[in-house]
Amino acid sequence: MIAIINYEAGNLASVSNALQRLTIPHTITNKESELDKADGIIFPGVGHATPAMASLRENGLDSWLKQTTKPVLGICLGMQLFYESSEEGDSEGLGVIPGRLKKFDSSQHKVPHMGWNTFSDVNAHPLVKGFGTEEYFYYVHSYYAPENEFTTASCHYINEFSSVVCRDNYMGVQFHPEKSGKEGSLLLQNFIQIVSSE
Amino acid sequence: MLAKRIIPCLDIKDGRTVKGVNFEGLRDAGDPVELARRYAKEGADELVFLDITATKEKRKTLVKLVEKIALELDIPFTVGGGIGSVEEIADLLHAGADKVSLNSAIVRNPDLINEASRQFGSQCIVAAVDAKSQGDQWEVFISGGSKNTGKNALKWIKEVEERGAGEILLTSMDRDGTKSGFDLELLSAVNDITSIPVIASGGAGTSQHCIDAIKKAKADAVLAASIFHFQEIEIHDLKEKLKNADIPVRETI
Repeated sequence: MIAIINYEAGNLASVSNALQRLTIPHTITNKESELDKADGIIFPGVGHATPAMASLRENGLDSWLKQTTKPVLGICLGMQLFYESSEEGDSEGLGVIPGRLKKFDSSQHKVPHMGWNTFSDVNAHPLVKGFGTEEYFYYVHSYYAPENEFTTASCHYINEFSSVVCRDNYMGVQFHPEKSGKEGSLLLQNFIQIVSSE
Repeated sequence: MLAKRIIPCLDIKDGRTVKGVNFEGLRDAGDPVELARRYAKEGADELVFLDITATKEKRKTLVKLVEKIALELDIPFTVGGGIGSVEEIADLLHAGADKVSLNSAIVRNPDLINEASRQFGSQCIVAAVDAKSQGDQWEVFISGGSKNTGKNALKWIKEVEERGAGEILLTSMDRDGTKSGFDLELLSAVNDITSIPVIASGGAGTSQHCIDAIKKAKADAVLAASIFHFQEIEIHDLKEKLKNADIPVRETI
């Protein structure tokens, strides 16, 4: 069973619909007891970092996420909240991955980075199994995670940034696999594969 | 490299697509879900659903339709047409729409942009601007193009960006329905002053028109309705032509 974390910033319908299309059993919850029962966690998110973190804290989900050893897939803002902090409202994140989110420089190109883009570079990891630098994924974001030692795949827009980040059981993707056509479905299936092999 | 987007637009009335469609192999060309699935399969990068229903039942029907579309479709889609309040925006986003397009309502009440982008994020707030040449400037029209607001379109676009819109859907009313090409002058003028993505709309008749909008006028995406509905241009062929013109596109087949 996959649990989708329900909090103020979730794009829950889209993620739930994607899992339904793949016939993957799932539940949407903000209760620790439900999360404890799940085999894997999907942590979606759109919108602003500050209210999102406040909403997580309200339900104690921030502490739960920090201590869990279950596979967690952070999507978009969910991935960004893995980091220590963000320039967005000078907010604090969960800090399970080191680094600070930065804003794209809009003097060079349009911001948000909106649309379909490919990986510029990709390392081996079960989450990105089968992917190279040809496949397109759908992005919508104004803040980005700079590359670091946990970067699994990079993307280029204005500058290079972390598109996929993995540290132990924490896996994050900046794009929206639930909105990225066939390729996005394959990535979600890769995550389910990781969950079921645990 | 970020791909340029091709966006078919579907007009919806009472939960069905309107304007004739003559796709072969569709059991029912009026079913928006079926048409959406078809476009997605052919390589559409996004879809826009424009609701032109005028009845009181509109909202309920539209929310139900959005739920159905969201369940089926694995690419992003925008819903627009007569959306006037934060509550309506919330209903449509919760039903699974990725973005909402706001037009007349934000002219009447510009604060709606600020409220909606604060609550849901700029990324899902599309400001639709219908512009028409009037003397030496473009002016903003509302109510489906029937009413001139007298507002300078470029100033208005700057304002919606500052208020928190995440994207501009720019329709040239001079070109809409003419198939004579996008208004490159308008499009360039808008792209020069805004730093958010701009979707070009109004006037698409050939692949070359789309190439010009992207190469000459720096459009981030092109939107069209009839050329796709009547299969005058296949999405796949259009993408082939864009690619041959050195425009990055997402290839799906």
